[in-house]
Amino acid sequence: MAQSDTAAVSLGKRTVVFGAQLFSSPAGQKLLAFGSLIVLVIYFAFASPAFLHIDNIIGILQSTAVNGVLAIASTFVIITGGIDLSVGCLMTFCAVAAGMVLSSWHLPLWISIVAAVGVGALSGTVSGTLVAKLKIPPFIATLGMMLVNKGLALVVSADKPIYFVDTPSFSQISQGSVIGYILPSVPIPNGVLILFVLAFAASVVLNRTALGRYTFALGSNEEAVRLSGVNVDAWKIAIYGLGGAICGIAGILIASRLNSAQPALGQGYELEAIAAVVIGGTSLSGGTGTILGTIIGAFIMSVLTNGLRILSVAQEWQIVVTGLIIILAVYADILRRRRI
Amino acid sequence: MLNKTLMTALIGTAAVVSLSSAPRADEPYIPLVSKGFQHQFWQAVKLGAEQSAKKLNVKITFEGPETEAMVDKQIDMLAADLAKHPNAIGFAALDSKAAIPYLQKAQAEHIPVIAFDSGVDSDIPLTTCATDNIAAAGEAADKLAALIGDSGDVAAVVHDQTSRTGIDRRDGFVKRMKEKHPNIKIVSVQYGGGDHLKSAEITKAILQANPNLKGISGANEGSAIGVLIGVKELKRKVVVVGYDSGQDQINAIKSGEEAGAITQNPIGIGSCVVDSAVKALHNEKLPKVVDTGFYYYDKSNIDDPKIAAVLYK
Repeated sequence: MAQSDTAAVSLGKRTVVFGAQLFSSPAGQKLLAFGSLIVLVIYFAFASPAFLHIDNIIGILQSTAVNGVLAIASTFVIITGGIDLSVGCLMTFCAVAAGMVLSSWHLPLWISIVAAVGVGALSGTVSGTLVAKLKIPPFIATLGMMLVNKGLALVVSADKPIYFVDTPSFSQISQGSVIGYILPSVPIPNGVLILFVLAFAASVVLNRTALGRYTFALGSNEEAVRLSGVNVDAWKIAIYGLGGAICGIAGILIASRLNSAQPALGQGYELEAIAAVVIGGTSLSGGTGTILGTIIGAFIMSVLTNGLRILSVAQEWQIVVTGLIIILAVYADILRRRRI
Repeated sequence: MLNKTLMTALIGTAAVVSLSSAPRADEPYIPLVSKGFQHQFWQAVKLGAEQSAKKLNVKITFEGPETEAMVDKQIDMLAADLAKHPNAIGFAALDSKAAIPYLQKAQAEHIPVIAFDSGVDSDIPLTTCATDNIAAAGEAADKLAALIGDSGDVAAVVHDQTSRTGIDRRDGFVKRMKEKHPNIKIVSVQYGGGDHLKSAEITKAILQANPNLKGISGANEGSAIGVLIGVKELKRKVVVVGYDSGQDQINAIKSGEEAGAITQNPIGIGSCVVDSAVKALHNEKLPKVVDTGFYYYDKSNIDDPKIAAVLYK
């Protein structure tokens, strides 16, 4: 009892410490990231008149939706000090699941959404169990689940894209525009709206709920949390499960945008999501991070890609520049931490 | 602090918007959105497009996603190019149905669309510059059959089972064998993603499982090179017929390790896209499809100028 009291006290101290970090470091990084985003936007706007054209702005928003949602899913897991390499392929498998439900079984639209999110949550729960119960390192466990999901997506779809020809309303989830209905001059697609709503919800979960508190606590000092009598395994599984469910939403978004579930897609998307999370100031060693930072990180990635494209920079160099920006963003974060 | 930065940024941005009028270059601008860019094949298409662009005084850009699975990245490229309001656009769809909203937009803005490679499943493109892959794969089957005396076991290593070229080359090969070469048995068709190493491992597994195998076809450059590596590593005598070109394949054909290969005309595809786009800008009528052709080449005709011109290294 005495021991667990001490642990609880030390956990209390930790809470204060990471509480303070919440206000200083990620806020600083967010500012830095936000500043970089603004600088990029201004630069590209000067460099090309096409960049700030409304069609292009909508293009940027739309291309951020899927990566943004995957990055939100990754943020939770990364804050716990883990990593989820399965998000890209899981998204694909969820998209295929939705496709099967709609196009092969001809069930209503809402069931396909439930199926995608359910498949995602299930796969995430399995990853979480592998990590928490079987003590497989997250990198390996989710690498395995990445391949499992990739393979299952190919098996279930019989290697062929599934088209949503019978259900034209499905494409409206991502491509339609509720905002455009009200304000016809800014037809921001629903996919973008979903990203922002999800980001807001994820932010609330992360900062206002027990799940969020334990996400930070696990990343700061898992042992201390365990010693204070918390069921660490259960929370960890829940966090991976939540990440998986969010991948299900990404699956719906991408399938809806492409009018089809593409079974070969997805590998490599986890790295883009991780890049967005890290640029947004979430530390890969866990314990700190914000959803807003992640969203800004995702926008930096897509503004950069789009801007270089609009400037007609050779594609080989686009890749080099993107790589350098990721390194620079993380190095700036390290420098700032050192000064604190 | 944040608000101030934001305000400054917004004012700055607004200033930029108001300053920038849309200047139009005197040369017509024609972006090409391809299915890839790193692969030598796409570089050859790019070369053809650049040659025509220079001749016809147009400005082109050439882009494609990193892998042929990245349908959404390709759509982003198409969207970004359309935002630049080009004079015409060349497009090789990874999935034509996914691209239709953007093609409709191009049509609404009177931007002529020229499809290339696998074509686009829509009537929006004015023409399609492509190889008839089913016929070309059939030719590969005929050549392989002739080389093994029209009987025995053969296998095929294909790049993938989802892309149009993967499906057409597999089906073209399998169908021709079944129809015209009844004594030949296809014991295995496997997929290596066009990856040299994966295709080599697949080839070795096929060879181990089929000691009497007489011939293998590789359905694109990566697959063919993988097949050659696999055959070499197991020191087996097997007739290899490949697809496309590239330095490794050219060397293998010259040394006799590989019997021969089908080549498309990638340079011709590239120049066909730009030529057709310029014709469309001059309101000339275009045929629905331009078959850019294919050739079977082996040691005997590899230096033929007609062949050498379309091989890429």
